[in-house]
Amino acid sequence: MNLLDVLIQHSPPLIVAVPLLGAFLTPLVGRINEKVRNIFALVMISITGFFIALLASDVFTNGPRVYVFGAQNLTLPVVRVLFEVDSLSIFMAIVTFILAFVALVYSWSFMKENDGLDKYYTLVLLVVASTLGMELTGDIFNFFVFLEISCISSCALIAFWVHKGESLEAAFKYIVISSIGALFVLFAVGIFYAQYNALNIATLANVIQFTFLDKVALVLLVVVLGMKAGLVPMHMWLPDSYGEAPPSVTIVIIGATQASLYGVFRMCFTLYSGAFQNITISESTIGLIIIMLALLTILIGVLMALIQTDFRRLIGFVAVAEIGYIFLTIGVGLVTLHDPDMIEVGKTAMQGGIFHIINDCLDVGLLFLVAGAIYYATRETSLNEMSGLARNMRCTTIFFLIGLLAVSGIPPMNGFASKLLIYQSTYQLNPIISIIAILASIMLLAIFVKVFYSAFLGPKISKFENVKEVSKSMLIGMGVVSCIIIIFGLFPNIVIHYLVEPAVNALLNNAQYISVVLGGV
Amino acid sequence: MLSLESLLETLKTGSGFWNPVVWVVAIAIIFLLVYILRGFGKKDYKKETGQTQAFLSGNPEYEKKELMHVKGSNVYWGFTETLKSVYDVLKKMHNGNASDYVLWFLIIMAVVFIFVGLI
Amino acid sequence: MIYNIPFIAVVVMIFIGLYAVVFRRNLIKMVIGITIIECGVNLFLITLGYREGGVAPIYTSLPKGTRYPSEMVLPVPQALTLTSIVIGVAVLALMLSLVMHIYKHYGTLDVRKIRRLKE
Repeated sequence: MNLLDVLIQHSPPLIVAVPLLGAFLTPLVGRINEKVRNIFALVMISITGFFIALLASDVFTNGPRVYVFGAQNLTLPVVRVLFEVDSLSIFMAIVTFILAFVALVYSWSFMKENDGLDKYYTLVLLVVASTLGMELTGDIFNFFVFLEISCISSCALIAFWVHKGESLEAAFKYIVISSIGALFVLFAVGIFYAQYNALNIATLANVIQFTFLDKVALVLLVVVLGMKAGLVPMHMWLPDSYGEAPPSVTIVIIGATQASLYGVFRMCFTLYSGAFQNITISESTIGLIIIMLALLTILIGVLMALIQTDFRRLIGFVAVAEIGYIFLTIGVGLVTLHDPDMIEVGKTAMQGGIFHIINDCLDVGLLFLVAGAIYYATRETSLNEMSGLARNMRCTTIFFLIGLLAVSGIPPMNGFASKLLIYQSTYQLNPIISIIAILASIMLLAIFVKVFYSAFLGPKISKFENVKEVSKSMLIGMGVVSCIIIIFGLFPNIVIHYLVEPAVNALLNNAQYISVVLGGV
Repeated sequence: MLSLESLLETLKTGSGFWNPVVWVVAIAIIFLLVYILRGFGKKDYKKETGQTQAFLSGNPEYEKKELMHVKGSNVYWGFTETLKSVYDVLKKMHNGNASDYVLWFLIIMAVVFIFVGLI
Repeated sequence: MIYNIPFIAVVVMIFIGLYAVVFRRNLIKMVIGITIIECGVNLFLITLGYREGGVAPIYTSLPKGTRYPSEMVLPVPQALTLTSIVIGVAVLALMLSLVMHIYKHYGTLDVRKIRRLKE
């Protein structure tokens, strides 16, 4: 076998191991010089991106790939930890890589005057490693361990500015909620092991029946992972945390939140799909509950965002509303997938939802980067104190306009393409769902027009006389995200054909997922 | 790998279609038409009369221009006044108490458990 | 019946922990409540591995005449519990250091007064 095949065969653990190694070596490298440490972190992320690209080219052509840690041929029934990478996992890994790369480029000059940057880069690489681990794993206890790692390192990053009291309060609320949730996930893992004597997701999906204990485990998993993703009314930690973390880090924490959303997809469609095929009444119940919670999420997120005065907290509430759109498509998918004449509706809805994952990350991430640029230039966070910044910060204004158009779903940006898929597929299930979703998009436009008016338009203020445009690395970070937004908006068909449709097909093709692991046995 | 035809394909949803390149070309043509029509109007204006002053609904214009900017939290006053009953309920729900966050989580878990597990 | 007592203890511990988190006002009491929930979940994991009349699952020092693997307790939940205890220690250290810093900034440990981020 040539070198490329060897690299592809060993790439699943390398994708998680390289950021982990980089995280532990960063304090040592930081003793040499600051620039060397920044370049070292960027090099580690680039190596990870190279491995992700290799693995993606293999998975999209050959199907899921399995990597087994430990013994493979033994006679006793052993429990093997394995990574199983199918198209949905590698799609989420691509999203995480883009967010991490942009965050590291942006924080080169954003965090330059801060102290303790060794710990900052270590924690960012740890969050990236744990998020990639959550997305690539095929073992449910491994998923719990990576979930805990990401919650601990995200909490430390949220509390990074310890001189402000609000950051500590937000970090404390985040860790209380996350650790209680993760303990309930461990309870569900214990229930699965007690019943079926297996911890692999593929093995469990093969033998699962819908007993009472399985229903308890389903409720625990879906509600906890929904809380970690920001479903109303358990969402209140999200605007606190996103509003108090340093803005260059919020974009990585958005990636960690989307990994919990990936967990909901994996649990509902792969682990429990065998159980849902035999009993249709209960499956419709959980789908309908998710649809109702998602509609509530969209409405409450948008209504609360309208009255905020703090810029980053407002974007946090908008992030809650965008998560509601993705949960809507999960609910629609669960309700319609076993009805033979509505199966196309379900597939289109899920394509819209998975395309919306990457659009949501990019759009909300761009808005946080713009908020960070304004904070860096003016040291103001409240919308009541800002006015007339478009005179001095021209590039930032253009990036904010692109983000505004993308988040509200206005053509030709990428938000419109995914939201069009969601509107037209959910309309065929029930028109009220689609009407509420369109109303929320209009209110999102209203919210960001308010922000644009109060921050960028208006007369010049004397205390903003010396405000200059932000430095180059921040502009490069925002520019990369804007370019990706515009490209995805102008050519959505390519993205859906090459990235999203294989992901949806892999999610619905449960038999292939199981047979890759158990086929040889 | 990417041919020119695949770049220009339309996105087909279940009940409609969307082609962004055609849309951009259409918008460019419309802007061009609007610009040409604007060129048919009058170009001159009378300086220093009421034509160059901003209209502020009859209110006087201040000397310090900074005082005329509407602050961020006052921009949508009409909307928030009308929906005051909804916003009072929402503000009481988001009271920032850490134990209430866990209480909401337990309430939703109990409700979902009753619907999924016992019915 | 006597073999069900640990499971009842698990449920009681989780409810006591949740009561401490939701209804107690002191931050340190909330942290203690989270630790009690973690102890309850660890007890659940250990208990589900028990087999009646089983011995410790060590291959090289079994008493004479035991047939393996049917007379050993399950070893896998013990590994899961060790991992969970280590994670619990790390989370506890992080939470207590955050409580210390919060006390320096706010001057109080009452969770109803640590509410600067509300609505």
